[in-house]
Formats: sequence, C-alpha cells, structure tokens
Amino acid sequence: MAQDRRANRLTTPRPVASGLSAPGNFVAMCLDTFRVMFRRPFQWKEFIQQAWFIASVTILPTMLVSIPFGAVIALQVGNLFREFGAQSFTGSTSVLAVVREAAPVVTALLIAGAGGSAICADLGSRKIREEIDAMEVLGINPLYRLVVPRMFASMLVAVFLNGLVSVVGVVGGYIFNVLVQGGTPGAYLASFTIIAQLPDLYAAEIKAVVFGALAALVASYKGLTAGGGPKGVGDAVNQSVVITFVLLFFVNFVLTAVYLQVVPPKGL
Amino acid sequence: MGVEIKVEGLTKSFGRQVIWADVGLTLPEGEISVLLGPSGTGKSVFLKTLVGLLKPDRGHIWIEGRDLPRLSEHDLYETRKLFGVLFQDGALFGSMNVYDNIAFPLREHTNASEAEIKRIVGEKMEMVGLLGSEKKLPGEISGGMRKRAGLARALVLDPRIILFDEPDSGLDPVRTAYLNQLIVDLNTETGATFLIVTHDVNTARTLPDNIGLLFRRELVMFGPREMLLSSTEPAVRQFLSARRHGPIGMSEEKDVSELEAEAEAQGADNGHLLPIPPQLMPSGGAPRPTMHPPGAWLREHGLAPPPGSFIDERGRNWAEEWYRHNYAAGGVRSGTGPRTESSDPRSSETRPYGSYGQQPPQDDPYRGEFPWFRDPPRGGEQ
Repeated sequence: MAQDRRANRLTTPRPVASGLSAPGNFVAMCLDTFRVMFRRPFQWKEFIQQAWFIASVTILPTMLVSIPFGAVIALQVGNLFREFGAQSFTGSTSVLAVVREAAPVVTALLIAGAGGSAICADLGSRKIREEIDAMEVLGINPLYRLVVPRMFASMLVAVFLNGLVSVVGVVGGYIFNVLVQGGTPGAYLASFTIIAQLPDLYAAEIKAVVFGALAALVASYKGLTAGGGPKGVGDAVNQSVVITFVLLFFVNFVLTAVYLQVVPPKGL
Repeated sequence: MGVEIKVEGLTKSFGRQVIWADVGLTLPEGEISVLLGPSGTGKSVFLKTLVGLLKPDRGHIWIEGRDLPRLSEHDLYETRKLFGVLFQDGALFGSMNVYDNIAFPLREHTNASEAEIKRIVGEKMEMVGLLGSEKKLPGEISGGMRKRAGLARALVLDPRIILFDEPDSGLDPVRTAYLNQLIVDLNTETGATFLIVTHDVNTARTLPDNIGLLFRRELVMFGPREMLLSSTEPAVRQFLSARRHGPIGMSEEKDVSELEAEAEAQGADNGHLLPIPPQLMPSGGAPRPTMHPPGAWLREHGLAPPPGSFIDERGRNWAEEWYRHNYAAGGVRSGTGPRTESSDPRSSETRPYGSYGQQPPQDDPYRGEFPWFRDPPRGGEQ
C-alpha cells in the first residue's frame, strides 16, 4: 500500500524538494520558455512595449554610471602610465577596459537592477492579483505571453546598452585624459586599436545578450513565484536583484575566461 | 451543457503541512454546489487544484474521462477551456480596460471579427449589468463591478464548468443578494456545472443544490443541500448555523477539554436545527432543470424538516406546495405521504411528509402563485 501510494505521488517528496526545488524550478521554467520561444504568432506588441519600457528605465542611469566609470579608468591608468612614460597608451587601455569589462558589467548592473527589478515587480504584482492564474485558466501560457517577449526585449536593450556604455565610457575617458590630465588628443585616439580588437566588442555584445536573457528570466521566475501579498512582491524583487547580480558576475567571469582561451590576444 | 467532475482521494500539502487529505466528491452535471469551510482550510487551494493551477500530491480529478492532474501541459490547457473561473477580486488585467478584458479570451482563442467580438462582449456585459463601463480601467471601478467584469470574462467562451472563488467577499448584503440571483440565473441559462467557494452561510443555505464542508484537513460532508442543513454532525451544524457552540474554534479546532468546558457552561446540546430556507429561484420563476424539489431528499430518507422550513417571506410553504401538487392532486390523500404501507414499512412510524405544521387552508390565498409547481421538473418522482 505504502509503495503503491508512493508510486502514485505527483509531487516530489519533501526532503528532496526542499533543497533543490528553487533552482530546479528555475531551470524548468527556462527550458519551458525556450520551448515556447518559437511559438507563433510572436507577441510583437508586448515585445515592443517591454523593450521601450526597459530602455526608458535603464538609459539614463546607464549613461550616468558609465561616464564616471570611463573617467575612473582614465584617472587610474593615466597616473600609472605617466610613471612608465607610456602616456600614449592611455587610450588603448581605456578602450580595452571599457569595451571588454566595464561595458558588460555596467550593462549587467543596470539590466538587473533597473530592468529586472521592474519586470519582477510587474509580474509579481500580477501574480498576487491572480492575473497570472486567470491567464492560465483562460488557456494562455504566461511564459509564451509574458516571459518570452520580456526576455527578447531585455536582450535587445542589453545589446544597445552595452554599445552605449562603450561609447559613453570611452568619451568620458577621453575627456578626462585630455582635459583633466593634460593628455594628447591625437595619442589617445591613435592608440585605440593597439591592444583592443574587434572581437572584444563582439564578445562584449554576446555577454550583454546572455546577461539580458538571464536577468529577464530570473526576474520573471521570481515574479511568477511571488506569494504572500505585497510584502511577497517586495521580497521577490529584492531576491531577484541579488540573485541576478551574483549570477551575472559569475557568468561574466566564465565567459571572459572562455573568451581569453578562444580568441588570441593581439600582438603588440 | 454542464460536465460532471469526479474527485477521488485528492490530497494536497505544502511542505510538511497537509492542507486536506483524501477529498472525494462528485459535482453533478449542471448543478450548483457550494464548498464551505472556516477561513484557512484550503477552499481556494481546492479550487485552484480543480483547474490544474496547483498539482495535488495524490488523487484523481476526472473530467470527461480525463484525469486532470496527469494530463500533459498541452492537454491541460485544452481542458481548461471547459472552465470559467471567477477569482476573488475579479483578477482583471490591470493594463486593459473592461471591454478589452472581456474580449481577451475571444481575441486569443477565436478568429471572431471585431464586430462579432463586440456583439458577444456587449451581450455578456449586459448579462452582468455592466453596460456603459467599457472604457474604464479595473482600478477605476468598484469591487463589485470588478467581480462582475471578471464573471463576464469567465463567461465569454461559454464554459461548461464555472468556479467562483468567494463571489460574496467584500460585497454588501444587497449586492451579494443580486450576485447570488445572477448566479442562479446564469446556471438556468447556461446549464453549466457551478462550484462556489465561500464562507457566507446565507449564500450556502439558500443558493446551491449541494453543499460540502472542509474542516480539519478533510471533507467532512458533501451532499444535497437538505442533507447538510438537516445534519446533526457537529461541525456541519455549527458552521451552517454560524454559532460558537461546536468543534470549530476561533483560530483552529477546539480540543476536547475546551469542548467539555463549553458543554458544561452552556448546557447539553439540544440538537436544535435552524429551519431550511426555500431555495433561491431563477428570476423568471421557471425552475432550473437541475433544481432539487424542496423537501424531496428529506422525504426520501424519511426525515421531517426542522420546524418552519421552506417557508418564504410571504409565508408560503414551498415543500408542502410541491408535495400537494405532485401527490395530493394525483389522488393520494393529502398528508399521508407518498409511500403506501406495502412498499415502505416505515410509513406507519415516520411522520408522514407534509403533516408537519399546519395543513394549507382549502381556500389558499396563494393558489396558483407557485410557478415552479405548475410544471414540476421531477413530477411524480419519489
């Protein structure tokens, strides 16, 4: 009888479920999302609305963060390089640092902190108002209807944010190097391509796409599993931001390690 | 038309906490059932399990030969199209106005033209009395209107099962009465199977054909309205008469010592039952096809109804009228009950049905005012 009952169980027994359910459910949701990703018709309206929304909450903070980011790199590197007498290389390091690392990291911060939290709060409040349940009962898969457009929107915006950080960061570095540190404009510009190369930009954009997708998925997962009233939504947003930060920085490390193995550094 | 739902051995727990175990019941096709229970007994969880939003630990939910918890996701979404669900606060999509909310299922699932959608949505909005609020956002209308809009959206695909999650929560008694009337009328019109989750005793006493009570992590009882309203099971009696005397405590169940102390303080339970009120009729006056004849269940089980039962606010006794129409007119002597001595040995001991209270006077002032009895749905049936 006991055996029979166990065989009939539909849910996982508690000791197993308690530790692994959250990551397991997250992975399951990701797989489900990828499965419904190609379902037609694609929700263009939702996609455009969400892309616009995520862009509107991230563009300004991104620019405001990337100006000092580029400037700080220029400041640090500029002083050090003056000691070596290698001021003419300031531009090249600035580009390398901004394009390779600063841009994806700033993108990750903003897409998780501004975009992801907004997605999580939106879906979480819908969840506790039972809108998500109502949608499922009406026979519409919320992953297809809500999560897939948000994931693509977040990926698209992340790509552009990465480009924005690269440009604004480099411009910020230039301004600081030339105006504050008295560097030579020509040397700064001329050294752009000495160390940095085009694959750096490609890699950064690929990172941004991955970050965008991950941030949207974590935020959606946390939002769709929110419970316990308004406080539950607040907790979900909080957790979503923290989890996304940790996850994105880890993924950034892995992708960087892989990139450095795959793409040979440029010879000087 | 409605669909029968058969639930067998359903068990649900969250972590270590068992919500309810081994729930088994059948929601008969086309009938209105109410699921009662003190707050926090998992009534809403049961409703969500029934539509597959939550997965039970064990058990079966049979709908048209399909076992809902074991369906693939695709089949589950297909089966859900049989359901219309009214959530507690209507669960309207906050970003859409009332019209778009109600049109949403049509736009998602059908190829209907906008003109067609407009016609259907208008029809449903008129049914729930919401015409004129099309352009309003859910945040701009009252709770009662949100519920009715949610109901219109649930109705738009002509579901065969309609589930209501506390339709009367947060509504004043008058609005609740209107909503209950609307539910009865909808059932008459659509013939769908209804399940209403509530803890409003008045709704439970007057509205449904069947009542169930969830308490102490199990289904205490499920059956015809008259069965529960005349039941002496302590929890059922306590809940349906909404009083403190009984096993249901303030926060949870009472323990034995509390019950004993209570019995000592209040004296022995006299087994008193409240009168069974007449069942709510559709507004047209014609009976619902699935309505149970008043007093029929009690009569079948040889029980007398509590004194004062089935008497409406005008003093008419519905059960007696129904009985008189079906049996007295058919040559059976009034007041002796339907069974002859040879067919039912109990008839000599049991109080013959219809003999409680006063015999209706010969010049009955209400004669002819019982539209239901003019054309009884189960005429002649015992």
